[in-house]
Amino acid sequence: MATSTKGAKVRPSAATKGNATPAARAVSSKQAAARSSKVSPPVKKAPAQRPPAPKPAPAAAKAAPARQPPAPKPAPAAAKAAPARQPPAPKPAPAAAKTAPARQPPAPKPAPAAAKTAPARQPPAPKPAPAAAKAEPSRADGRVFRVIGQRVEKVDALERVTGQAVFGADIALPDMLWAKVLRSPYAHARIKRIDFTAALHHPGVRAVVTAAHLPPLESKGALQTGEVPIDVASLRELVLASKKVRFHGQPVAAVAATDPYTAAEALELIRVDYEPLPVVESALEAMKPGAPLVHDDLYTQSLGEKARAASNVATHIQLERGDVQAGFGQAAVVVEESYETAMVHQGYLEPQAAAASVDAAGRVTVWTTTQGAFTTKLQLCAILGLSHSRVRVVPLEVGGGFGGKISVVVEPLCVLLARQTGRPVKLVLTRDEVLRATGPGCPSFITLKAGAKKDGTLTAIVGRLVYDAGAFPGAPVAAGCVAGSGSYRVPNLRLEGYDVVTNKPRVQAYRAPGAPQAAFAFESIMDQLAEKLGLDPLELRRRNATGEGDPLANDQTLPRVGLKQLLERVAKHPCWTRPLPEEPGRARGRGLALGCWLGAALTSSCHLLLNADGSVVLNLGSVDLTGTRTAMAQIVAEELRLEPDRVQVRVADTDTVGYNDVSAGSRTTYVTGAAVRQACQDVLGQLKARAAERLEVPADQVEFRDGAFAVTGAKKKGITYLELARTSLRRGGPVMGRGTAAGLPQAPAYAAHVVEVEVDRSTGKVSILKYTAFQDVGRAVNPTQVEGQIQGAVAQGVGWALTEGYSWHRGVLRNPSLLDYRMPTALDLPFIAIELVQVPAAAGPYGVRGVGEVPIVPPTAAIANAIYRAVGVRLKALPMTPEAIFMALQGPEVKPAPVAAVAARR
Amino acid sequence: MRAFDYRAPTTLTEVLALLAQAKGEVRPLVGGTDLIPQLREGRKRPALVLDLKRIPDLGRLEYDPDMGLRIGAAVTCSAVAAHPQVRRHYAALAQAAALVGSRAIQNRASIGGNICNASPSADTVPPLLCLSARAFVAGGRGQREVELERFFQGPGKTILAKDELLVEVVVPPPAKRSASCYLRFTPRAEMDIAVAGVAALIVLDGGRQCQEARLALAAVAPRPLRVPTAEAALKGRALDAQALEEAGELAAQAAQPITDIRGGAEYRRRLVRVLTRQALEQCLAALQAGQR
Ligand SMILES: Cc1cc2nc3c(=O)[nH]c(=O)nc-3n(C[C@H](O)[C@H](O)[C@H](O)COP(=O)(O)OP(=O)(O)OC[C@H]3O[C@@H](n4cnc5c(N)ncnc54)[C@H](O)[C@@H]3O)c2cc1C
Repeated sequence: MATSTKGAKVRPSAATKGNATPAARAVSSKQAAARSSKVSPPVKKAPAQRPPAPKPAPAAAKAAPARQPPAPKPAPAAAKAAPARQPPAPKPAPAAAKTAPARQPPAPKPAPAAAKTAPARQPPAPKPAPAAAKAEPSRADGRVFRVIGQRVEKVDALERVTGQAVFGADIALPDMLWAKVLRSPYAHARIKRIDFTAALHHPGVRAVVTAAHLPPLESKGALQTGEVPIDVASLRELVLASKKVRFHGQPVAAVAATDPYTAAEALELIRVDYEPLPVVESALEAMKPGAPLVHDDLYTQSLGEKARAASNVATHIQLERGDVQAGFGQAAVVVEESYETAMVHQGYLEPQAAAASVDAAGRVTVWTTTQGAFTTKLQLCAILGLSHSRVRVVPLEVGGGFGGKISVVVEPLCVLLARQTGRPVKLVLTRDEVLRATGPGCPSFITLKAGAKKDGTLTAIVGRLVYDAGAFPGAPVAAGCVAGSGSYRVPNLRLEGYDVVTNKPRVQAYRAPGAPQAAFAFESIMDQLAEKLGLDPLELRRRNATGEGDPLANDQTLPRVGLKQLLERVAKHPCWTRPLPEEPGRARGRGLALGCWLGAALTSSCHLLLNADGSVVLNLGSVDLTGTRTAMAQIVAEELRLEPDRVQVRVADTDTVGYNDVSAGSRTTYVTGAAVRQACQDVLGQLKARAAERLEVPADQVEFRDGAFAVTGAKKKGITYLELARTSLRRGGPVMGRGTAAGLPQAPAYAAHVVEVEVDRSTGKVSILKYTAFQDVGRAVNPTQVEGQIQGAVAQGVGWALTEGYSWHRGVLRNPSLLDYRMPTALDLPFIAIELVQVPAAAGPYGVRGVGEVPIVPPTAAIANAIYRAVGVRLKALPMTPEAIFMALQGPEVKPAPVAAVAARR
Repeated sequence: MRAFDYRAPTTLTEVLALLAQAKGEVRPLVGGTDLIPQLREGRKRPALVLDLKRIPDLGRLEYDPDMGLRIGAAVTCSAVAAHPQVRRHYAALAQAAALVGSRAIQNRASIGGNICNASPSADTVPPLLCLSARAFVAGGRGQREVELERFFQGPGKTILAKDELLVEVVVPPPAKRSASCYLRFTPRAEMDIAVAGVAALIVLDGGRQCQEARLALAAVAPRPLRVPTAEAALKGRALDAQALEEAGELAAQAAQPITDIRGGAEYRRRLVRVLTRQALEQCLAALQAGQR
């Protein structure tokens, strides 16, 4: 998220600067090995360098289906291309785009007979032009695009649907051992003694490790691993607790054995003596004087000052502008309210999974499912005391991350155990472990007070945001403050943020970390204000919407953004203007909420290799969470005038490409896209130089047009791209382009969601009838993928709103399964219609903005607002379960004002 | 998960012999939709897992107008939900079977497993109680037959002895002018467990008068619960809105819910009231529509 908290009174979190990169600690690893030499077999020949069981893929099977004509798409091509053709300017969308049937749920069409019966071995001969070539070109910034903006088929669809893509749990190495983790049965306790002798003697067990096997930290402080800095000392405790356990499920020891069942049996033989300590579960309790201390040595950083007495408040920030008292003085109405959000899990399907091997020379290879190979490497080096040159991280496919696969969880344990045993070690977590102990999204308590004039102009907002970080500091409260208030121009603003520790799992990033919590509060109170003012909720938002040049809560100035254009689109859309379909006995309501997210920029890099037939190989440092391979193939295809299937995209390991930050913060298409574009330009530049030599003109007089390099302005055709590629084997050698993007500004994204719900008064159950998500995406490189991102985020947001939430009993999670931690199923979700608005970002490639995170920001409040309109009760705590709604309905009924009555008026 | 032996005999005799000889705990296995997660999580640690699916007799699902319905212990929920006569004569059971988990779960999950797992929230049990089902049990000491209502002793506990297993469930033929219905409440549309469930069965005389009524509740007591108070109150009465409302109230009073992660006691009581009324309404509607 990388929201800076600049501004006079704001101080970043307690984390100190500097990158802890200790030198290799060969000594300590040997010592560790010596300690358990009894069970460690002699170090074997390096198994490390062997690749993960290569899956033989019959070439024919791979190629054939890809050549088949794409299944007929439900919507006509014209309608699909519509958004891409829209002018980028803040003009209203052309009428055509609005009536296009593309928004309707695709009718479930049976696969065409041809696709079914076509034999796999069909010759690839009569190749239909890929979708991209057929569709009309798109335009932006006066440029015409062939591939950007088209619904290009996923380049790796085949590997995925056939199960050939290699995920974390697919790794199998020769002589591999399996690990299991012993976890704390207490939410808070001192570890007095650990005795694992019996476990070591259990048949099949090869090694046991505890925190004592971790080398002492060479330097404390924070690793700048991308979105959120990672405090090395905390990370070490999260990997293996040393003196104290601070949450139920914290790892205490790990076992490697010949199979996972033996490893699990051995866990039961490890004896740990604990001295239980009082548990503090809620952040509000933790802030009270006299609350049990989660850390004896944590001192509040308050506005840059360090407190004298230890406390559970890690950081206190304040973001302020104007004079709030004067602001409230000008207000005609003031609303004050408190809100609460639950701890929620990212809900990635694939559990954390990794394997590691250590060769005879101590070189480490780690295969893992992660959002960032390089940041995994940085973390491993820091807590295991390894030299950067001795660690290679191979990123595998990722079955969902959403921020939860940035911090290392299983990798260090695999490395430690592999080092102890000399054999590769694999660890795959169970769902129970994933839910209990990998790091969910943070819960919050938020109190807001907002004032506005009669005409709806906001005069002041004061807020207190308490974010619960779990067992170690680092809740994304600063980002919450900025994003929550980021949709509105508020002249007088004061937000106080608290990052508080409790005896719960340490939170991790979760899609727009910090923002959905704050938005639930801000977007609820905006509706409450609208009602008090007798204003339409959309109108209130239009009158206060931020735009270019407006300051954010952290004093950052907004660049060009599309919020106002979004609101204009909503105002004209039938999802907002059409009266709610009424049915007797049914309680229905419509709700609106906005979302803001700044996104991250950070660093990306790649290499682009030119093959002799003109096709190219793109080596990326960004792992593919969201269809990155396809989007990047589109960029290369656009720049080099190729078809996307001539671009082979590889996600490379850390020995192969330059440093690359995590795939997170909605940054990949934006920043990695910029790097890829630069790599293309680099290739073209090198080819121009070669062409210039042959054309006998200076390089700056050569241009690339229609697939050939010719003298600028001259009529003669010049030398084709293909010709240069072919001769590159002999003349001049191979061509390799390099691309790096670092230091781009953030490209803030906005969203507006409209939802219709029906509430069953007899049970409290909410059904979502209709959902429409509007979003400024800058430029949709691939609208299908963009829509998928938005739909996925809305699905998660519906979970936050209605059913998902950790439930605690004295620090023990009561619902560590997907039965009782209820994520919505397909049947619980409506079709999620998408309306793309494209206001190009000021920087970056093609006007692209990050799209993946902001759509999780509005759903909770949109749904809360709709429930209120339906039944007159305002839910102020998430999740809004049937029981919570039912119980709220037993109170006095309130008649809500009709909504959308004044929507289209101005 | 502990290592265990696995056997898949093809006759009942073999099964009984294995049960009799077994040293440690034996767990019969049908769909495994309860058992396999329990094994994985170490909540059950049997020495022997005995797969019943290869025994032809246990897979039989038969309806006879005079004898009623026989459901072999290994019959799946899908089979029951799809069976035309079950849908026609035992609507509540078909409805419940179609609610279990999801399509994929129903294809594996058995009615027998649902019964023997003895969860208070088992969906197919309240309908079977309303339908006066009887359980046939076989073991070392021969066969015995019990009313299904007496089969349950508490969460996860049944009357089965160590060497016994459920062989089949028999449901008597339906009464004339009767209808049944099962409704449950879950936060999600599928893949969920009842917060509360209500099965209702009514038999009408020639008019709208209730000759007999039966109600059974899921997930609001340590075991599936019949509601004699409400049944008595309905008997002999005209089933107007007031009668249904009262039955709902009595059912809510009879419920002994606990507060747990899936719902508070008070909420569950309220749900029982609503679901009882709605289930009775649906029975009446079915009879009016002339489904039976
Ligand atoms: C995702 C999911 C969703 C579910 N949803 C529901 C739901 O909505 N409603 C619901 O009621 N249940 C639900 N369940 C639970 C389960 O599916 C049902 O209880 C199912 O009917 C069990 O049948 P089975 O054949 O899979 O039983 P198994 O798992 O094979 O056996 C269950 C238990 O009964 C014992 N057993 C089985 N047969 C016999 C026998 N003949 N004699 C003695 N003991 C026996 C076994 O040893 C075991 O202890 C769900 C389960 C899952 C995994």
